[in-house]
Amino acid sequence: MATEILMPALSPTMEEGTLAKWLVKEGDSVSSGDIIAEIETDKATMEFEAVDEGTLGRILISEGTQGVKVNTPIAVLVEEGESAEDIKTEAATTTAPAPEPGPPAQPRDADADKDQEAAPPGSGPGQAGSGSGPSQAEPDWPEGTEMRQQTVRDALRDAMAEEMRGDDDVFLMGEEVGEYQGAYKISQGLLDEFGPKRVIDTPITEHGFTGLAVGAAFGGLKPIVEFMTFNFAMQAMDQIVNSAAKTLYMSGGQMGAPMVFRGPNGAAARVAAQHSQDFAAWFSHIPGLKVAMPYSASDAKGLLKTAIRDPNPVIFLENEILYGKSFDVPVLEDFTLPFGKARIWRTGADVTLVSFGIGMTYALEAAEKLAEDGIDAEVIDLRTLRPMDSAAILESVKKTNRCVTVEEGFPRGSIGNQITALLMEQAFDWLDAPVINCTGKDVPMPYAANLEKHALTSTAEVIEAVRKVTYR
Amino acid sequence: MAARRATKKPNISKDELTQYYRDMLLIRRFEEKAGQLYGMGLIGGFCHLYIGQEAVVVGLEAAAEEGDKRVTSYRDHGHMLACGMDPGGVMAELTGREGGYSKGKGGSMHMFSKEKHFYGGHGIVGAQVPIGAGLAFADRYKENGRVTFTYFGDGAANQGQVYETFNMAALWALPVVFVIENNQYAMGTAQQRSTSTPDLHTRGEAFGIPGEVVDGMDVLAVKTAGEKAVGHCRAGKGPYILEVKTYRYRGHSMSDPAKYRTREEVQKMREERDPIEHVRAMLLEGKHASEEDLKAIDKEIKKVVNDSAEFARESPEPALDELWTDIYAEAR
Repeated sequence: MATEILMPALSPTMEEGTLAKWLVKEGDSVSSGDIIAEIETDKATMEFEAVDEGTLGRILISEGTQGVKVNTPIAVLVEEGESAEDIKTEAATTTAPAPEPGPPAQPRDADADKDQEAAPPGSGPGQAGSGSGPSQAEPDWPEGTEMRQQTVRDALRDAMAEEMRGDDDVFLMGEEVGEYQGAYKISQGLLDEFGPKRVIDTPITEHGFTGLAVGAAFGGLKPIVEFMTFNFAMQAMDQIVNSAAKTLYMSGGQMGAPMVFRGPNGAAARVAAQHSQDFAAWFSHIPGLKVAMPYSASDAKGLLKTAIRDPNPVIFLENEILYGKSFDVPVLEDFTLPFGKARIWRTGADVTLVSFGIGMTYALEAAEKLAEDGIDAEVIDLRTLRPMDSAAILESVKKTNRCVTVEEGFPRGSIGNQITALLMEQAFDWLDAPVINCTGKDVPMPYAANLEKHALTSTAEVIEAVRKVTYR
Repeated sequence: MAARRATKKPNISKDELTQYYRDMLLIRRFEEKAGQLYGMGLIGGFCHLYIGQEAVVVGLEAAAEEGDKRVTSYRDHGHMLACGMDPGGVMAELTGREGGYSKGKGGSMHMFSKEKHFYGGHGIVGAQVPIGAGLAFADRYKENGRVTFTYFGDGAANQGQVYETFNMAALWALPVVFVIENNQYAMGTAQQRSTSTPDLHTRGEAFGIPGEVVDGMDVLAVKTAGEKAVGHCRAGKGPYILEVKTYRYRGHSMSDPAKYRTREEVQKMREERDPIEHVRAMLLEGKHASEEDLKAIDKEIKKVVNDSAEFARESPEPALDELWTDIYAEAR
């Protein structure tokens, strides 16, 4: 019987890709292990091997096709005795319905389908969605600035490249940042431009290379340390907290660690407990550290450039799922954003949603849906957690009298708890309902797709929380 | 038994030898004074004295050039004095006063001097080792020919990050001298109880880092080994390990009753191997100095130490608003 060859998922978060090249043609015989095609993901070009034996009866997706969803049949293998003619109808019937997304690429919610697509309305300041008016007193860029669509990934790379061009003391180190072009392709092209002196592949030795980078910062350089994921930064926690964060204080201001620790943080997809954790609250706990956690590409770029210039150690928390998402980014020669200034994505009168990082996807989607029911939510993206724009939260809550926070991290000692305490202390008389914190569940991240989905917070949870605080 | 005799006439000038005597004596007297102030409640927290180990830092500082860097653990008073930091500033930090190197916010274990290229004073065992390699990384990056002395103890030699650092330092040929100050006790644990193989200078072999063992009670031997190690680093050949065998006379910290070793063991070391007595004997036997000359030096050192203690007691406590400064550097 003919076997369909399906578009493979080549990473935990891949949902679609480009069929870059066929290395076999119709009629060729194929053995398992043969490389039959090259497939380009948003991270890398991968070789795709045949699993079964047979003759390539028909190619269903021609090379060069972009946006091929995972699990779409791309070719058909026939066995001895079958011919390509036989499978014409067979293939047609099997490929007709939209394929079920396969487990490795299971989107965690509807939003994940938007990966690679244009940003939702409101990606620029002053364009908040659903008819809400412009909100920011000081927009992030001048009116009339030319904009272009860019992924968070490319924005991060551009930020590093621009800062490295401007300052010879800035260098990047981490696992696979150089020759491999970055485990998540964030450092793509940097080795070519800056050479191995400034783009340094490290051994797998987080504690050691973090301490080494701290020493380099004491010695006058400005290291960017990439953690392949922030989960691995736990190995280096002592150097981050005890050495990088505290030395300025302990030295009476004589020397500190001007450096950036960056990398993907939080849950990706189906990588289970040890690889799925949001460290926003952990790092925010430490005086001496600054913590940024951008959502959009423009924020990723503007904040990373600021982080690299900052004379303090900055924890820069990225998100694997956001890497491939596109947003408007201003075309400016030197676009930076200040720390401690929230961005109001939409203005609203009924409730304040406060979030950051990937939590913004739930907050914005919830706001859209709530608007359909006549609930007008204001959505604040904190962008940096230390310093935190408390004034923006207070000002908004004093207007809406209700607040829901949204984050993926664990509930205990969460950023949401911090915001709740802030509101209790400084806006108690303005609150018309208890503040609700939407967070990840208080469990290690499970592997099973259904359990994982429930362990994360969701748009539905945010909507439910808003209904509670608005009594509607 | 009397102090060890100098067997041959050292190839060293009178001035140099006198300087080492002076430098080691300053550390000894300073530490004795610190112990005294601790007993009086003027110094708090942890306080790790360097008495007995003086020849290590004085010998290695003699091998250093201007601009070379140093970083060490929490037993750091000797290193700071040896690299030329002001005794008053160090002592005032011990007493937690405004006039201390860290304005009273660091204490005994956390002191720094950008001016003297002293990068701490680190309280976490072993943490200074990758930091030292990082300082050397910065120097290699800037191609300035500088070398970093990274000191750690026999206890820290069992920390994993030390070997992560050895690997990178060798891989990238970093100009760093790893100085293992082997005083034979990791707090209260004798080396044979904590360490599977006794020869710490061979710990770099797996990474291709040369190492040698040095008599840390002999300042001239330390200096000679230091010069060789520094030369190796400056020639671009990468890191070098010196295992310097030394001994601390006092407990691990001021609160250590030192029940893990005998009084006789300590006494024997003091009498037979004392690094200061060693140089003193050389000065006298070589007729480089008279008893009178040495007395004059003792008196001079005593004054420096007393002045530092006086400064440390007189310097005011930091103003309360110091609590909130130096947490973040201002963006330029």
